[in-house]
Amino acid sequence: MANRAAASRRVPENEAAITYVQCDGLAVMKIVKHCHEESCSNMEVAQGALLGLVVENRLEITNCFPFPKHDDTMDEEEYQLDMMRRLRRVNVDHFHVGWYQSADVGNFLSQSLLESQYHYQTSIEESVVVIYDTKKSARGFLTLKAYRLTPQAIAMYKDGDYTPDALRNLKIGYESLFIEVPIVIRNSPLTNIMMSELTEMIPEEEGSKFLDLGTASVLEGQLRSLMERVDELNQEAIKFNRYQQLVVRQQQDKHRWLLKRAQENSARAAKDEPPLPEEDVNKLFKPHPVPPRLNPMIVAGQINTYSQHISQFCSQSLAKLYLTQALQNAKEAKQSN
Amino acid sequence: MALNLVVKIHPVVLFQIVDAYERRNADSHRVIGTLLGTSDKGVVEVTNCFCVPHKEHADQVEAELNYAMDVYELNRRVNSSENIVGWWATGNEVTNHSSVIHEYYARECREPVHVTLDTSLAGSRMGLRGYVCVPLGVPRGKQGCMFTPIDVSLTCYEPEVVGLQLCQKTMGPNGRPRQVQPALDLAQVADAAAQLSGLLDQVLQYVEEVLSGRASGHAAAGRALLELAQSLPSLGAHSFADAFASSVKDLLMVVTLAQLIKTQLQLNEKLTLLTSQ
Repeated sequence: MANRAAASRRVPENEAAITYVQCDGLAVMKIVKHCHEESCSNMEVAQGALLGLVVENRLEITNCFPFPKHDDTMDEEEYQLDMMRRLRRVNVDHFHVGWYQSADVGNFLSQSLLESQYHYQTSIEESVVVIYDTKKSARGFLTLKAYRLTPQAIAMYKDGDYTPDALRNLKIGYESLFIEVPIVIRNSPLTNIMMSELTEMIPEEEGSKFLDLGTASVLEGQLRSLMERVDELNQEAIKFNRYQQLVVRQQQDKHRWLLKRAQENSARAAKDEPPLPEEDVNKLFKPHPVPPRLNPMIVAGQINTYSQHISQFCSQSLAKLYLTQALQNAKEAKQSN
Repeated sequence: MALNLVVKIHPVVLFQIVDAYERRNADSHRVIGTLLGTSDKGVVEVTNCFCVPHKEHADQVEAELNYAMDVYELNRRVNSSENIVGWWATGNEVTNHSSVIHEYYARECREPVHVTLDTSLAGSRMGLRGYVCVPLGVPRGKQGCMFTPIDVSLTCYEPEVVGLQLCQKTMGPNGRPRQVQPALDLAQVADAAAQLSGLLDQVLQYVEEVLSGRASGHAAAGRALLELAQSLPSLGAHSFADAFASSVKDLLMVVTLAQLIKTQLQLNEKLTLLTSQ
C-alpha cells in the first residue's frame, strides 16, 4: 500500500494527477446512512474519513468510516488510527484519501473547511473532500460532489495573507478556490448480483419522491438563505468601501500636512530660523489595517452555489410541471371526445 | 423464544457483507461478522455491521472476539443507539461451527439473530436468510439447539432508496458492470419520464390484448387500471391552467433572479482582477 502511494506521488507537482474519483457503492451507501442519521438527530454536520487508493489518474474510494462528534473526552487522532488498524485487519484499504462532510444545499464553503482541506492536501497530495447534500438527497436527487483546492488557494492559505493586493497577485477569486472533480460510482459484479436480488425486495412505489411537485417550501428555504448571504456580502462590501474612503482621506491629510510643512520650512528659512525637524510622516498618519478579503470571497462562493442550486431546482420543477400539463391535456382531450 | 421475530435489514449491511467476502483472506471460504442495530417488540432492525476475522478448522473455530468488542466500542462512539443484535455469515448453510459462534453472541445480546448471505450463488441466486436458535430436545435428556428460519425483509431510509437506485444503474445491459455518475436533476426527471412512458406503453399493450381477446383479463389488474385512471386529480381546466401558470411564473422569476445574482458576482470578480495594474 505505502509503496504504491509513494510511487503515485512521484508524479512531479502535477495538479492534474487526479482527473476523476471512483466511488464504490459501499462507500456511497455508508455516507448516505451516516449523514441521514446525523441529520435526523441534530443539525451538526456529519464528517468522516474516506479510504481507498490512487490508481493512475483516478482516486478510488473503497470504504469510509464516520468520525464521532467533536468531543473533548476522546482523542480524534487515536480514534482514526484505531479504526484504520482494525480495518486493515480485515483487508480493507487503509490509505486515507480524503474526508467527507454533509452539507445543506451544498452550503459547505467555510473557513474551517478550507483549513481542513488545506491540511489534508498538504499531507496527502491527492486528497479530496466529498460533499453530500442531505436535503437534496432526501428530496430524491442524490448529490455527491468531490472538490480539491486549487494550487492558488493553497498558496493563498499558506501565506495567510488575505489583503486585496495579495489576492490580485494570485489571480484568485471565489470561483478559483475549489475545482470539482467528477465522481463515478462503480460496483463489483458480485455487488451487482446482490443488488438485483434487492430490486425484487423493494416495493415499486418507493424512490419516486423526486417527482414531487411541491416547490414552495423548498424555494422559500433556499431563497431565505440566499438573502442572508447577500446581506452578509453587502455588509462586507460596505466595510471595504469605508476602508477605501478612509485611505483616500488619509492620503489627502498627508498631502496637506506635507504642504504645510514645506510652507513653514520656507517661512523659517526666510527668517533665518532652523527648519523644523523632519518627522516621519508615516508615524503621524498610521496606515489603516486592510480588511481581509477571505470572508467576502467565501460568502461570494456560497452565493454562487446557492444560485446554481436554485436554477437547477427550478429547471427540474418546470420539467415536472410540463409533464403534468401533458397528462392533464391528454385527460381533457379524452373527456371532450 | 420469540419465533415470530422479523428481521429488517438495511441495504448498506448487505453491501458490507459482499465487500467483506470479496476481501477475505485467500484461505478462508467463509467470513463472519457482527450485526448492529436495534431490537424492538419482535422486530429486529439491522442498520450496520462489521467483519470479524476468524479461522475455521475441522473441529474448532477461532474468532477474534477482542477485535469484535473493540470495533463495537468504536462504533458506539459514533452511533450510541446501535447494539449488537446478532451475527452474519456468508455461505448457504448453517454449519456446526455456527452453533459455537452463536453461543458466543447469545452472551452478548438477548436474542441473537443469524443472517446468511449466499455469496457462493448456489442455486444461481444470492439467498438472504435469517435464523434464530431454538433449544430443542428431551428434558432431562440430550439437549440441543436448532436454527429455525425467520422472515427477512428489506427496509430503507428515504435517501438510501435513492442511493440504491443510483447504484443499480451500474448493472449494465448485458450484465457487464459499468460506471454511473450522479446525474443532474433534469436528467433524472427526463429518465423518469421515459420510464413512465415505457410503463404506459406496456399497460396499453396489455389492455389491447385483453380487448382483442388474445389474453384473458385479470380482475385484479382491471381494478388496478381503474384506480390508475381515477388517480389523476380532477381539476377543472381553468383552475389547473391558473395553478400551472402561477407556478411557472414563480419558478421563472426565481431562475432569473438567481442568474442575475451569479452574473453580478462574476462581473465583480472580473472588475477586481482587471484593476491589477
